[in-house]
Amino acid sequence: MWTWFHRLGSPRWFYEISGRWLPWLAVAATLLIVVGTTWALLFAPQDYQQGNSFRIIYIHVPAAFLAQSCYMIMAVAGAVGLIWKMKLADMAAKSCASIGASFTLLALITGAVWGKPTWGTWWVWDARLTSMLILFFLYLGVVALHSAITDRDQAAKASAVLALVGLVNIPIIKYSVEWWNTLHQPATFTVTEKPAMPAEMWVPLLIMVLGFYCFFAVALIMRTRFEILVREWRTRWVTELLNKQ
Amino acid sequence: MTQTISANPQPSLLALFRTVLSRDLVVAFRHPSDLVNPLIFFMIVVTLFPLAVSPEKQFLSQAAPGVLWVAALLATLLSLDMLFQSDFQDGTLEQLLLAPQPLYISILAKVCGHWLLSGLPLTLISPLLAFMLFLPAEALPALVVTLLLGTPVLSFIGAVGSALTVGLRKSGLLLSLLVLPLYIPVLIFSAGAVQAATIGLPIVGHLALLGAMLALALVLAPLAISAGLRISLGS
Repeated sequence: MWTWFHRLGSPRWFYEISGRWLPWLAVAATLLIVVGTTWALLFAPQDYQQGNSFRIIYIHVPAAFLAQSCYMIMAVAGAVGLIWKMKLADMAAKSCASIGASFTLLALITGAVWGKPTWGTWWVWDARLTSMLILFFLYLGVVALHSAITDRDQAAKASAVLALVGLVNIPIIKYSVEWWNTLHQPATFTVTEKPAMPAEMWVPLLIMVLGFYCFFAVALIMRTRFEILVREWRTRWVTELLNKQ
Repeated sequence: MTQTISANPQPSLLALFRTVLSRDLVVAFRHPSDLVNPLIFFMIVVTLFPLAVSPEKQFLSQAAPGVLWVAALLATLLSLDMLFQSDFQDGTLEQLLLAPQPLYISILAKVCGHWLLSGLPLTLISPLLAFMLFLPAEALPALVVTLLLGTPVLSFIGAVGSALTVGLRKSGLLLSLLVLPLYIPVLIFSAGAVQAATIGLPIVGHLALLGAMLALALVLAPLAISAGLRISLGS
């Protein structure tokens, strides 16, 4: 197991192996998202209260899921980079920051669009929306710190520390905001309970969530591969690779 | 400080704490304007609200907890650059990092010094501003207690951001980007406690949470601060 872990530290090895994964993941992501969207928009039943407007949930919830797990992945990758000085983890953490920020923005925008027909306003200072907004600010802080430091390794380490501090703070922020004010419906999926929606509604949602995760994996791998090429352009294998094309 | 250490090759942790703290206090009192400026800023920000929104007594007494806390938070934020910046420039910070004693203690001393020079004075003048904003008298103890419990947390969290950005050009704005989102829980519970006190509700729950945050910050923040300092001075 540890040899696998050590090999993962080599950008070249990752570049080669991820090149083989990438087409499969891309196909899976496309398939899941196409099937999920078609099912969700055309075949899933209407909500008895919200009518058709609830269908935005099929974008909103997966985006919100990813916004949160992406921060987790970024912090874990940052910790791995800090502890084992693994360059690949630094690159993955950097890629996570901008991808996560975009998913958070997507969740915020779809939330606002959904809020208009449901609550009658684009924005309410509701607990979940607010903690999402704060999460967005945390992402922007990591991105800003990364771009402010010119030295690459120092930037990676500093943003990893910031991501870890943010990780400790996220539950505190979440609960403090929740006690402060809440209006949002409770979480759509919990591991322990049966979903409150009928199966025709939540199965496409689950497909969409899986599709978004696959899409996230594709985006992350592509950005990390790009980052590897940028950082390792002096090495021989990159030169050979580029000459071949 | 160098003299104390050379005269006493293995000072105890308490001695280290005292040395760093007293040095910071002495340095600060040599530049009194650095001490007074955040306070003046606090007062000016508080003055802006009646001018911008409404000088009516009813509105102000309702808005006072939030206004006072936001102003205190911004004043703390502005005072953060006195924490590490000048020590970074004159090389003191490097000496602290090289010292054989744990960095945890010297950081604790520095953050304590920062709080004594920023959070404590803010707390002391807050009753004056509370009167100017017509904060009900029964909420005054709540304001003072939340400031006493909350401003050390602000110093600790701010020191993390400060350690990560020390030595960067134009670090001021970046620092506020990093630190302000992390200040939100303190703001929510402190302003909430004062708000609850104005209408006579119990505030013990809020205070317990603030105390928990202080305990957490006291234990964890110095670790992040020392990691940040080592990264910033590593290059």
